[in-house]
Amino acid sequence: MTARVAVFKFASCDGCQLSVLDAEDELLAILGTIDIVEFPEARTLREPGPYDIGFVEGSVTTPHDAARIKEIREQCKVLVTIGACATSGGIQALRNMADVGIYASQVYAHPEYLDTLATSTAIADHVKVDLALYGCPVSKEQLVETITAVVAGRRPDLPSHPVCVECKARGTVCVLVANGTPCLGPVVRAGCGAICPSYARGCYGCFGPCSTPNVASLAGAWDGAGVPRSTLIRALKGFTVGAPEFQEAVRAL
Amino acid sequence: MPSDNVRTVEVGYLTRVEGEGAMKVVARGGKVQDVEFSIFEPPRFFEAFLRGRHHSEAPDITARICGICPVAYQMSAVHAMEHAFGVTVDGALRDLRRLLYCGEWIESHALHIYLLHAPDFLGYESGITLAKDHPDVVTMGLRIKKVGNEIVRVLGGREIHPVNVKVGGWYRLPTRKELDHLATELDRIRDDALATVKLVATFPMPDVTRSVEWVSTRYPDEYPMLGKTVVSTAGMNIPVDEWNDWFIEEHVKRSNALHSRIKTRANYEVGPTARFNLNADLLSPGAAAAAHDAGLSAPCTNPFRSIVVRAVELLHAVDEALAIIDHYRAPAAPAIAFTEKAGEGCGASEAPRGTLFHRYRLDARGILTDAQIVPPTAQNQLSIEEDLRLVLQAHIEEPDDKLRIVLEQSIRNYDPCISCATHFLHLEVDRG
Repeated sequence: MTARVAVFKFASCDGCQLSVLDAEDELLAILGTIDIVEFPEARTLREPGPYDIGFVEGSVTTPHDAARIKEIREQCKVLVTIGACATSGGIQALRNMADVGIYASQVYAHPEYLDTLATSTAIADHVKVDLALYGCPVSKEQLVETITAVVAGRRPDLPSHPVCVECKARGTVCVLVANGTPCLGPVVRAGCGAICPSYARGCYGCFGPCSTPNVASLAGAWDGAGVPRSTLIRALKGFTVGAPEFQEAVRAL
Repeated sequence: MPSDNVRTVEVGYLTRVEGEGAMKVVARGGKVQDVEFSIFEPPRFFEAFLRGRHHSEAPDITARICGICPVAYQMSAVHAMEHAFGVTVDGALRDLRRLLYCGEWIESHALHIYLLHAPDFLGYESGITLAKDHPDVVTMGLRIKKVGNEIVRVLGGREIHPVNVKVGGWYRLPTRKELDHLATELDRIRDDALATVKLVATFPMPDVTRSVEWVSTRYPDEYPMLGKTVVSTAGMNIPVDEWNDWFIEEHVKRSNALHSRIKTRANYEVGPTARFNLNADLLSPGAAAAAHDAGLSAPCTNPFRSIVVRAVELLHAVDEALAIIDHYRAPAAPAIAFTEKAGEGCGASEAPRGTLFHRYRLDARGILTDAQIVPPTAQNQLSIEEDLRLVLQAHIEEPDDKLRIVLEQSIRNYDPCISCATHFLHLEVDRG
């Protein structure tokens, strides 16, 4: 039987669900093996659940969305979060360390028209999540791998080691060691293919913390390169600021 | 009044647009009574949390406003910073930025034409079902889109949220081999791009005519991508940094996006039709000829023909990209040096869906103290509503199903990017 797949959006930039359409070579082949029955960004036809796989992009930032994710969970056999917003609250989780009332008044003339929560939170803070795809944006290879794996009934092959491994694999000279360029690679999860160092800049953390990140040790290396601590703190308060490992590291610094 | 005299068409969640929006129209006794296009995409407060960040982070952070047009955000951001620091990125470094932008236009226009908008004209609910009956058409669209993405991937490192753009230029320059690879790919889709113009020109068009003040950026001798001035069909011609003297935004209750107007005047429109109406003389010869053959001339006053304009721009972007690669000679360094200083800077560039304006204030350490971002879809909101009014009146006798389709199609004329549309500024004027 063809798997019924749904794609849902919460607070986000739409880039991760766009990755589905960006898999140009695989798209039509994928559509032969699954049936995307709910994907408002791409189709008008909408079918109610239950769904075999639900992909969720974006973070929870409104009371309405906090309720909606619970309904979606009940409708999905396998729930997969896609991207930094869904897995850790996204860059908009910076509000969690600020006063959302002040934020709203800095942007809007009538903050009272808004219906927003004080926090931007990961989907897993609200419901059980079966699989998580990290990244800002997700890797479309990981997306295709995950669809294929779930349809075949196996676990997808997703890394949890740091970006450094990918630099070594592609033969990129370490920008931190060789040039003193501040790089988050040693504490950030692989998945992008170590793009930034191959473009002569340091990793800035799109995929969030790797397993057991040693931020204190990295801080020493950044100190050695003469980078101010404030720069490291800002770097950790980036696209995966809501990740507990980075929050803890920011507090410790 | 009999109840069947009152027609309400409500679409609670607009599909085939980027982001979350809704539409409601009410007609009574054959007359349009109320039209509402609202954006309920939850606010993410970019302008607020940009405060306190370093200027070098702005291109990466603002890219995250929109996964469909991240290059536009990066371009407007770096131009604003460079304006604040009094530096001009020119020559080959600037040409590479235009090449990156060509990639985004090709990718975004192909996505919108083939997967989001064409289904309306051909009577399908999506590109997915369109692909079942016409796999050759959708395959051609995907082939074009892929080359746009490939340009962004090669120059920027990846398709969505590219990593290579920085204030002053680039982190690293592309190699000749990489550019030659792009030229080969572009040559392969040149005919597809031309075929796209011919294809969409055959689509049946609802017959609607309207005039509005069209606004775009302009740059001498270039079809605009990286703007220098802002011009309009009503004679506006201003430097980008006078933006706030001319435009205002208002916060209305029904929408999380602000509504833009030209001060002392009315609503206006940005995007492909506006660019074409103001800059048709600057299209590549091939794109100009294709526009002519498609029966397109400036001003284009039927909003539904925007799909034809978008296809002409797609072809132009292919030609422009090939010309840039052909003329490219590597500059001495990937970026030019500059000195951070306190001040204010403005930048505007042409996102696929229209003019995107950024303004920042910085302190002496290069930290942002204020940010203003005016995305294209917010600027078009009032024009979208005005079109809905016209289309509703013209199709008021149609049954609800057909009416809903043509109204949604009319919103898609603008390629609205609702995710971007909810990030705004302080208001110049509060009319609440």
